[in-house]
Amino acid sequence: MDWSIFQQYGPMLLRGFGLTILCWLLGTVLGMALGLVIALIQRYAPRPVGWIMQAYIEIIRGTPFLVQLFVLYYGGPLVGLRLDALPAGILGLTLYGSPYFAEIFRSAFQAVPHGQIEAARAIGMAEAIIVRRILLPVGLVSALPALVNFSIILTKETVILSIITVPELMYQAQRMSTETFRYLEANLALALFFWALVETISRFGRRLEKRITGYLIERT
Amino acid sequence: MFSFQTFLDSFGPLFWAARYTLLISVLGIALGLVIGTLICAAALSKQIWLRRFAGLWVSFLRGVPLLVQLLLFYYLLPVIGIDVPAMVAAVVTVGICASAYISEIWRGAINALPKGQTEAATAIGMGPRDIWTRIILPQAVRLSLPALINELILLVKVSSLVSVVGILELTRASQAQAATTFRPLEVYLAAACIYLLINLFLAALGRYLEHRMAV
Repeated sequence: MDWSIFQQYGPMLLRGFGLTILCWLLGTVLGMALGLVIALIQRYAPRPVGWIMQAYIEIIRGTPFLVQLFVLYYGGPLVGLRLDALPAGILGLTLYGSPYFAEIFRSAFQAVPHGQIEAARAIGMAEAIIVRRILLPVGLVSALPALVNFSIILTKETVILSIITVPELMYQAQRMSTETFRYLEANLALALFFWALVETISRFGRRLEKRITGYLIERT
Repeated sequence: MFSFQTFLDSFGPLFWAARYTLLISVLGIALGLVIGTLICAAALSKQIWLRRFAGLWVSFLRGVPLLVQLLLFYYLLPVIGIDVPAMVAAVVTVGICASAYISEIWRGAINALPKGQTEAATAIGMGPRDIWTRIILPQAVRLSLPALINELILLVKVSSLVSVVGILELTRASQAQAATTFRPLEVYLAAACIYLLINLFLAALGRYLEHRMAV
C-alpha cells in the first residue's frame, strides 16, 4: 500500500468527483422530469400511446445500462446521432432512469385517494388544475421515499459512464491506476469514496422524508 | 443504413455467449441466497456485534457501485494471495453484492409478518425452531418471492459489468462482434434483444410462481 500517489493525483480525482456529481444531478433531474411526463401521458393519453410508453418502459428496464450506452454512443452515429461522451452519458442516464421514475410516479398517482379527485371534478376544477393542485402535490409526497431510493441507485450507475470515456471519478481512478500500477489503492479509495457519498445522500434523504411526510400527516 | 442481415447474424454467437450471462446470474443469486440468509440471521440476532457487522456489510455493499466492487475484488484477491480464475472471482463478487440486497429482502419479509402469529405459536407451546420452520419461513419465502425474482432480473443486467474483467459473456461478446463487423448499432441492439428476452422470461416466471404460491 502506497498512499503518496494521492498527492499527485488528488486534484484529478477531485475534478472527476465534480463531474460524477454533475452527471448524477443532471441525469436524476432530467430522468425524473421525463419520468413524470411519461407517467402523465400514461394516465391521460389514449390507449395506443400508453402501450408505446409501456413498451419503452419494458425495453429500458429489461436491458443493461451498459448495453444502452453502447447503443447510444457507438450505434448512435450510424443513424446520425453524433454525441460527445459527456452528453451521451447524461442522455443515457436520463433515458435509463426515466422508466423507473415513471413507474414510481404511476404508483404514487394511483395512491392518491380517488375521492379527492372526484371531489375536485365535482366542484368543477379543470383536469389541468386537478393535476397541478391535487395529483402532483399529494402524489409527490408519497413518491418521495422511492424517488430518493432510486436517485441513490443512479449515483452508482454513473461509474458505468467511465466505460464510454466520460472522465468522471471512476475514469480518473482508472487512469491513475494504469499510470502508477496501484490498482488496489485506486479501487479501495474509489469504494470508500462512493460509500461515503451514498451514505451522505441516504442520510439526507431520510431526513427529507421525515420532514415532508410529517407535513403530509399534519395536513390530512 | 441499418443492416438487418448483420442484426440477425449477430444472434447466433451472442446466444452462445449468453450462457455465461445466465450462469453468472444464477450462480450469483444462489451464492447470494446462502450468504444473504447468514447476514439476515446476523442482522436479526441478539448479539450486538453480529448486528453491527451485518449493518456494515449491507451498507458497504449497497453503497459501492458493483463495477468498483468487481475491480476491487479482482485486484485485492492476488494481493492477499488468492489466485482464482476470473469467472470464480466474478461469480463470488456478484454473489456477495447480491447477498446485501437479499438479506434486506429477507429481513423485510420477516418483519412484515404479524407479530401476533409468533406470539400465538409461543402460546400454544411451539419451540423457536418450530416457529421458524413452520410459521415464519414458509410465509417469508412467499412474501419475498417477487422481490427475489426482481433481484435475479437485476443480476442478469448487472452481469454485463463482468465484461470489464474479461469474461466473454453477452456484452463482451457483442463488443468483440461489433469490433469485427464495424456495425455496433446492429450488434448491440441484438444484445439488447437477448437481454430483454431473458428478463421478460424471468418476469413471466416470477408472475407464474407468485400466482401458484398465492393463498
